[in-house]
Amino acid sequence: MSSRDVVLARVRRALADVPRGEGPHDPPVPRDYLRVHGSRTTEETVELLAENLADYRAVVHRCAPGELPALIGRLLAERGARTVVAPTGLDPRWLSAAEVTVLPDRAGDTARELDAVDSVVTGCALAVAETGTLVLDAGPDQGSRRITLVPDHHLCVVRVPGQVVGSVPEALPRLSPERPLTWISGPSATSDIELDRVEGVHGPRTLEVVLLAEEGGS
Amino acid sequence: MSRSFLGMPAFPRAADVSTRDTRLRANLTHATRTIRDKRARAVAELDDWAGLRAAGAALKDRTLRHLDRYLEQLEESVVAAGGQVHWAADAAEANRIVTRLVRETGEREVVKVKSMATQEIGLNEALAEAGIRAYETDLAELIVQLGDDLPSHILVPAIHRNRAEIRDIFRREMGKWGRPAPEGLSDSPAELAEAARLHLREKFLTAKVGISGANFMVAETGTLVVVESEGNGRMCLTLPETLISVVGIEKTVPTWQDLEVFLQLLPRSSTAERMNPYTTTWTGTTDGDGPRTFHLVLLDNGRTDTLADTVGRQALRCIRCSACLNVCPVYERAGGHAYGSPYPGPIGAILTPQLRGMAGPLEQSLPYASSLCGACYEVCPVAIDIPEVLVHLRERVVEGGPVTRGGARVVLKPARGHAAERAAMRAAAWAFDHPGALRGGMRLAARTRRLHPRRLPGPGRAWSDTRALPAVPAESFRDWWRRTRGANGNSETGGVE
Ligand code: SF4
Repeated sequence: MSSRDVVLARVRRALADVPRGEGPHDPPVPRDYLRVHGSRTTEETVELLAENLADYRAVVHRCAPGELPALIGRLLAERGARTVVAPTGLDPRWLSAAEVTVLPDRAGDTARELDAVDSVVTGCALAVAETGTLVLDAGPDQGSRRITLVPDHHLCVVRVPGQVVGSVPEALPRLSPERPLTWISGPSATSDIELDRVEGVHGPRTLEVVLLAEEGGS
Repeated sequence: MSRSFLGMPAFPRAADVSTRDTRLRANLTHATRTIRDKRARAVAELDDWAGLRAAGAALKDRTLRHLDRYLEQLEESVVAAGGQVHWAADAAEANRIVTRLVRETGEREVVKVKSMATQEIGLNEALAEAGIRAYETDLAELIVQLGDDLPSHILVPAIHRNRAEIRDIFRREMGKWGRPAPEGLSDSPAELAEAARLHLREKFLTAKVGISGANFMVAETGTLVVVESEGNGRMCLTLPETLISVVGIEKTVPTWQDLEVFLQLLPRSSTAERMNPYTTTWTGTTDGDGPRTFHLVLLDNGRTDTLADTVGRQALRCIRCSACLNVCPVYERAGGHAYGSPYPGPIGAILTPQLRGMAGPLEQSLPYASSLCGACYEVCPVAIDIPEVLVHLRERVVEGGPVTRGGARVVLKPARGHAAERAAMRAAAWAFDHPGALRGGMRLAARTRRLHPRRLPGPGRAWSDTRALPAVPAESFRDWWRRTRGANGNSETGGVE
């Protein structure tokens, strides 16, 4: 008997008390928890996102559609970033005002090469207001998981309000489990030493978020 | 890296040593109180907490009651997504599988993201015997590993170490494992974290094999989920070419949607955050992104035996948030090492004896390593009635009875010549010798009392009919103490109500 059979047989024996008629969708799960906590206007939801991001020590900026390239250029310059990795599907206009060398997200590059890069600029799949979370799903404007991991500075653009949801229950149906997902709530942090919070152990130590007002939006 | 939890002394002896360690006590008291207060605030933010908790408990029960079906579905989904699934009936088999998989890559080094399942099976030691070095990459696990030490908390494994000790360990040991600590390293947490970053980056950038556990596995989609803070998880899960995840079979949840419950319950209960800094989900492999090969090792190692116990089964709902440790007056005094397993605190007191069986003195004493105050039940995000299971296991220790070991039904004999009972009673006596631990619990007890059963269900009923049930009511515990220890019971301790 294979171990698979052994384990499954043990499970079945262990569950001899479960009535035969009981199906895999029993017992019932009470789903009367909230889909979203509190009622908010669209603007308030975006405001809450900004607040919660900042509370987790992400640096939050806002801008109108035309202002994005200048803002990105300024933020990269302020950090002294000389090299920036960008996902292949990133809108090229976003980096048009930045005086940096832009490197593509190439699977062939080694992690060590990526480690020498100053910053990464990406979009996102969506953002969750209640938890202050950005979700990346490896879409064309986000690239592979490692480019937002190895460089020390991550600049992430969120289109508001279109990419903002209120809560975790509102986020999951909009995400595909087939894609690799990275949920980011603030920069990398540890509290392992006497529970003092320290930002940045392995992931980017600085997370900057630009809330980009959509065309025609507020 | 030679230390292991196996062969640890029974709880009262280990606790006796640890409670005399004043530095440990101070570290622990500070830490548990800080997390506990923060957690209460984070939970209070959600006014549907009770609903989420009920849903979390029901989802886990649903999975457990049909675990065969959900495991088969999970396997199918993982394979369809390009992963390979292996089944391990026990620790030795899991270690053999992982060792073989690493050998097949030709590598001699692996990076690991913190995983309780691999601690449980002693994977690092097994790999070391096969000439493979496993590097722990969670900061606290690194501290534990470099210090040739054992973890003492689920969430903050090095909670028993203060910053000066950590600096000394880094200075002394880092160089033996790779990049040495920077010259003049101070004990500021920021500098220590930076030293760990530099040391571990060397490992991440070259590692070809990563080993992880998982917080959840979604049967419907084959998705694995790892929840973490530091980014070492992301490093281990995405940079290596081969990823091996060793996961207990009970970590399964039925559907993608169910994560909406657990991703709300876990971070708030655990780190007291709205959301932990990083969550990674992956489904099999993805071309050009992350590992090219993904192995999932499904671990039994006593879980099906636990499942066979209709009272004890609920321990398998645990999502390892550690909230029960931080409220436990006994944990606060005794520290995590006294529980003799990677699972310390109240959850360890019910999980370890079930996973390992109750033949040894440590396992027999663990159900007594509690004041039965009920605080653990109150905070548990999946509503595990830990006091109920403790009482049930005490009955098994003292009276014997039917249990399942290695899948076979056996009848446990009552503790031989009451040796086990005496060992167990020493654990209870230990709690009484520490009136602070007891009183801390009893204040809470009054508030949670109505949540607890007065009589045991099922086969325990006859037992509880003739005994005052030593569940939450503090006085019953004393009654029970007097009854079982007669006039020797010290009625001065506690000073209840
Ligand atoms: S038993 Fe409950 S409170 Fe304790 S670690 Fe598990 S889920 Fe958390």
